[in-house]
Formats: sequence, C-alpha cells, structure tokens
Amino acid sequence: MSVKASSAKDVVLARVREALQVPAPPPHLKSHDLQEAAGISNARPAGAVGTFKPLSIAPLDVARPWLPEGGQTPEERMHILCDNLKRLKAEFHRACHLQAAAELIFSIARQRDWQRVAYHRHELVDPVASALHCATVCIGEPASFDKRALEQCDAGITACESLVAQTGSILVSSATCGGRSLSILPPVHIVIAHIDQIVATLEDALHDAKVRHAGRMPSMLSFITGPSRTGDIERILVLGAHGPKELIVVLVGESP
Amino acid sequence: MSVHDATTKAALPAEAKNQFLHDAAEHVRDIDHRSFVRKALGGYYVTRDSQKAKYRDWEHARDAAALAKWSAVNRLDELLPLFVTNFEAGGGIVHFARDAQEARTIIVDLVRASNAKAIIKSKCMTTEEIHLNDALEKEGYVVVESDLGEFIQQLRGEPPYHFVFPCMHVRRGEISDLFQKHLGTEPTQSPEELTMIARRYMRQLYVDADVGITGANFLVAETGQISITENEGNARLTAALPRVHIALSGIEKVVASLADLAVLLPMLATAGTGQPMTCYNTLYSGPQKNDEPDGPREMHLVLLDNARTAILADPEQRDSLHCIRCGACLNVCPIFKNVGGFTYGTTYQGPIGSVITPHLRGLSDWNHLSSASSLCGACTDACPVRIDIHHHLLHNRRNAVRASPKRLEHIGHQLFAFVAARPWLFAAGGKLFRWSLGFLKKIRPPLLRQWLETRDLPPAPPKSFRQLWKERS
Repeated sequence: MSVKASSAKDVVLARVREALQVPAPPPHLKSHDLQEAAGISNARPAGAVGTFKPLSIAPLDVARPWLPEGGQTPEERMHILCDNLKRLKAEFHRACHLQAAAELIFSIARQRDWQRVAYHRHELVDPVASALHCATVCIGEPASFDKRALEQCDAGITACESLVAQTGSILVSSATCGGRSLSILPPVHIVIAHIDQIVATLEDALHDAKVRHAGRMPSMLSFITGPSRTGDIERILVLGAHGPKELIVVLVGESP
Repeated sequence: MSVHDATTKAALPAEAKNQFLHDAAEHVRDIDHRSFVRKALGGYYVTRDSQKAKYRDWEHARDAAALAKWSAVNRLDELLPLFVTNFEAGGGIVHFARDAQEARTIIVDLVRASNAKAIIKSKCMTTEEIHLNDALEKEGYVVVESDLGEFIQQLRGEPPYHFVFPCMHVRRGEISDLFQKHLGTEPTQSPEELTMIARRYMRQLYVDADVGITGANFLVAETGQISITENEGNARLTAALPRVHIALSGIEKVVASLADLAVLLPMLATAGTGQPMTCYNTLYSGPQKNDEPDGPREMHLVLLDNARTAILADPEQRDSLHCIRCGACLNVCPIFKNVGGFTYGTTYQGPIGSVITPHLRGLSDWNHLSSASSLCGACTDACPVRIDIHHHLLHNRRNAVRASPKRLEHIGHQLFAFVAARPWLFAAGGKLFRWSLGFLKKIRPPLLRQWLETRDLPPAPPKSFRQLWKERS
C-alpha cells in the first residue's frame, strides 16, 4: 500500500509542477500599488518557467490597516473585547484577584446546582476548582482520561493562551488548556484568564502561539468565538448546537 | 420529484442538461419555495453588511485575501511538499489520492484497519464530492453526519441544498416530522428544541465513535497544520473523542503561513455567514501528543486531486482554485435564488459550482451551467478572494464552442454578417421579419415554442428604426 501511496503522491506532485509551467495573471485588485507589486512578483525571465517568486509584500501587511480594529492601548483592547463578547452572547466577568474569581464561580455553581465540574491543572484554574462545593474531575494524565466521565460533567473550567480583542475569540490549546475535549464537551465552558493575556488581533495571537510553542505546536489550537451555535433551521440562531451552550469568561486582574 | 435523482444523474451526464431545465422550470414556478429561501437569505444580508462595516475597508481586505490565495496556488509546487513534510513531522500520515475512487479506497481501508464499529463525521463538501458515505455504507459501516444541517439532510436522504447552509430549504415543521419519524421525538415548532433533540441524540455517538471524519478549510504550509472552520462544535468533538481522525482535503487548500489565516479566517466568516469569526476555528497538527490528556491516537490526512490539477493547468481559470467555499456567491446569485440548490445537480451549487463542475465532470455535459447565469457579476463582487467568477462562465461557454462548434449557430452568424454588410438586404430582411412576427406568434414554430411559453411576443412596430431616423432628419 505504501508503494501505491507514494506513487500517487509522485503523480499528483508531477501534475502540479506541470500545471504551473504557464504563469497565471494576478487577480484584479483595488489597490494600484498592490497590483503593480503582484505584477512584479509574477514577472519572470523568458524561459524561466515554473518559478513563481514569493510576494514581496505579505498579504497580512496589506490587510492589517483594513481589518476590524483590535485596539492600540490596553484600555481600548479591553473595551473592544468586552463589546465583542457581549455581541457573541458570551457571559463576561471581571475579578480584581483570583480569590474573587473563585467566589464568583462558586456562587454560579451553587446557584445552578452543579454536581460535577471538570478542570485541568493550571495556576489560574486550581484555586477556582478547589473552592467549588461540588465534585471535580481533573483532566490531566492521558492514562486516566475518561471521556464518559467528562461527558457527565456540568461544566469545564480552562485557562487560555490569549484573548483576541479584534474578534472576541479565545485561543485554547491541547497542550496548555486541558486537552481537546475539556473546552468542548461539557455544556458550560468557563475560561479563567488574566487581563495581560488580551491581545489586539488574530495576528498577535497566532504569532505569540508560534513563539510560545516554537518548533513543537500543540496537536490542537482552537479559536473559540462565543458559545456553540447553529442557524441551520430556517437560518434562526440557536445557541448550544453541539459544543457549550454557555461561555463564561472571567478576566482576573486590576484594570489596565 | 425525488431530489436524490439530482446526484445520481451524474451517472447519466447526457441527461444533466435536460434535468436542469426541467428542475429549474419546476422550481421557478414554486413561489412558496422561492420566498422561503429569499427570507432565509434576507437575514444573511443584514448580518453580513453590519459585519462588513466593522472592516476599515472591506475592498482592501479582499485584495489581501486574493493575494494570499493567488500566491499560494501559484506556488503549490513548492508549498504542497513543504506542507506534507511539516504535517508528517507532527505525527500525522498523509495519503495522496489522484481521484475520487482512490480517495474512497484509501478511507475505506483506513476505517477497516482501525476495526471501527461507529463513525462520526463532521461537515465536509469534499466527502460529498467523492460520495464517501455511500462507499462506507456499502461496506456495512454506519456513518452519522454530526452537523445539524447535514444530519437533517442525511435523514431526508438528500444531498446538501447549499454547501454552507445544507438544509436552508427545509421548514421547521418538516424537521419536526423527520425527527419524530426517525428519532421518535415529540413534535415541536421551536428551532431551539429541534436543535436540542439533535444535540442529545449525537452526544453518545461522539463518545462511542471509533473514527472521526472531517474536512479541512486550510492547510498551513509553514507549520504543517490543518485548519477547520465551524460553528456548532461538532468538528471539534469529531476530532477529539474517536481513536482515529481522518481528514479529507483538496490539494488547493494550501496557504503559505499562519499570518495568512489572520486575514482569511475572519473574511471567510464574514462572507459566509456575516460573523466576525465562526465559533470554532481549529488548527490540528497531528494526533494526541504524549503530554496531552486526550485526542486521537492516529491522524490521517487524505489529499485529493480529482481534476484540481486540470484547473491548475488552465492559467485563465486557475483562480477558481482560490475558492474558500464561503458560499457568498450563492447567496447573492439571482439564478440560485430562483432555481434553488438541487437544480444544479452538482456537489458545489451556485456560480462557483457552475465554474468548476465542468472541469470536475466534463465540459461537454456540464456546459449548460455556464448559461445558468445572467452575467450580472454579483458573484464576482461578493467573492472575498476576488475570483473572476462570471467571466469564467463566459470562458467556459467559449471553450465549449471551441471544443464542439455549433454549425447551425455558425451558419446563422455568417448569414447575418452577409446581410448586415448589404444595407438594401438588411432593410428588406427587417421588413420581412416585422411582417412575419404575427405569423410566428400564431404558428409557434418548435424553435420559439419554449420562449413563447413564458413570454409574450410583442407586436411588430410599423416602421423600422432606420425609417424613423430618416424621417426625423
């Protein structure tokens, strides 16, 4: 089978190389400067077929000034993030210190009569989980992972890698936020984050993740943007399709 | 009319055109259906526009997105091998498939090797393209579509109506009846309750499934990650709980870097559904790592050609591979809104489907789709990656004529050229034509019959334009 597979690979890659022998014109762009830059990168010396030069200008550099705002200062970023989370129908809380966050989650858990809550080991999560009145399930060692037990939990508490003001997204990873299921299987997802973790844009969040996990990316990195939703029935918005019905974000730390 | 015929008719391609004309005529007459679809799209226009307004300039952002895809597709010879090397470094296994048959064989073999009993699947149009579910079911496997819209379509025994909104044509009452029949639930008119029925039904299936099958929206060459965009969380669960994760993707989904995703992810969401970002945008670099608590033990990625390299070899239409499957061109297309998604009889409906289907399935049998356009250009304006969609429909028409010239049309053109070059003949011809219009209306010759069925033939003016012009001066 491996022989067959490698031959399919060779065939497809050969087709790709063959197909690209003839250059394609650049797209029709609104910006004239950009059109020119694209034209230059597309130009090639006569006879030098199949060599497309990388763009002299990165698409992101082009897009940066035009994408939605992420905020210049910490205050602006906080403001935009709150605004976006509200629009996304996520629940948002501030806590000046971790103790206050723990009390807040305790009262929510009490009020809703949660029986079991899952969490993972993390300096921001541990104090919150240990203050709960109910049973807790710690997601950690692969050997002890039990998806059926996790499915029975009322909520999952995780940390995050960063919060993106621009889109109201929360970046979680399988390496630092309790794996893949903790943030998606329980019906409520609680994120405990520090205000220093707010970044302006998706670009910043991706860049930070790349630096943080240099050379060894977690097997999963996920931007969570509001609670799970669907519009599949008559295009009417319903929250909680398959993932969490509620997303509760608690930001710990004094105002920026 | 069974709509399943719409997909099986691929087996009888010569029928494709007639089927299209027949289904289009049926749908256009169905005023209820059309207004229902229009109403569903009405909400989309509002949210899309308000989200677009958040961009400091949408048009410039489109430039960037177009550049990102253009430079990636034109460097595929370099980026595709780079992606494969980086992805394999993360512990995943890559399989190449030249065509649909090979992809099906690979996936069926992988499922068999994993001793799977239950398979859960998240939404993936490429699996529709290769008819994967049929192949797996033929082998005796039960495959459950976990995306709500796809699940509804699976229970209905229909293909997706729209490649982003699979069941946008189905009313809530029909869904309630469907769930009552298949899942034994109580009838309800509430979309929320209906969603919760599917949620409850699916929960145990995620936990029990041995294999999870997903698609991929982007393949990031720089880091070897695949990016999956979704709203419901079903793809996250599909790639988290089963032992084996199999992803299927076309080779054209490669982008150069993570930085490109910072442009493409929000634009895909805004163009597709009017969101700032879809709920879950997830990057996978392989199976579970040793220090991670959970995740699949194995991850396989099947990279599909299936005529994509044929499109790549056409520099004029190479940009149709830029498509990020947002569905924006369908949502604005006057033809789609009137004939509906099933009439196309294709995996990819709407304007972009009309461009690429002739490449995937043969121009001679699918060229009629090139005429399923008013050439208004709404699709081209809506496309976030600036694919020149409506011009490609014209290109396909031209290519079809080149491939098989139409003699009658050619003779007609030559005849007109001969007449138009001789003023006296032109005047006489005009007179004859005006005189004969009344006759034509009465006789209804076969060539005009179809036209006259839905349109009135106006009475001929007594004088020609040339006569009026002469009298005026």
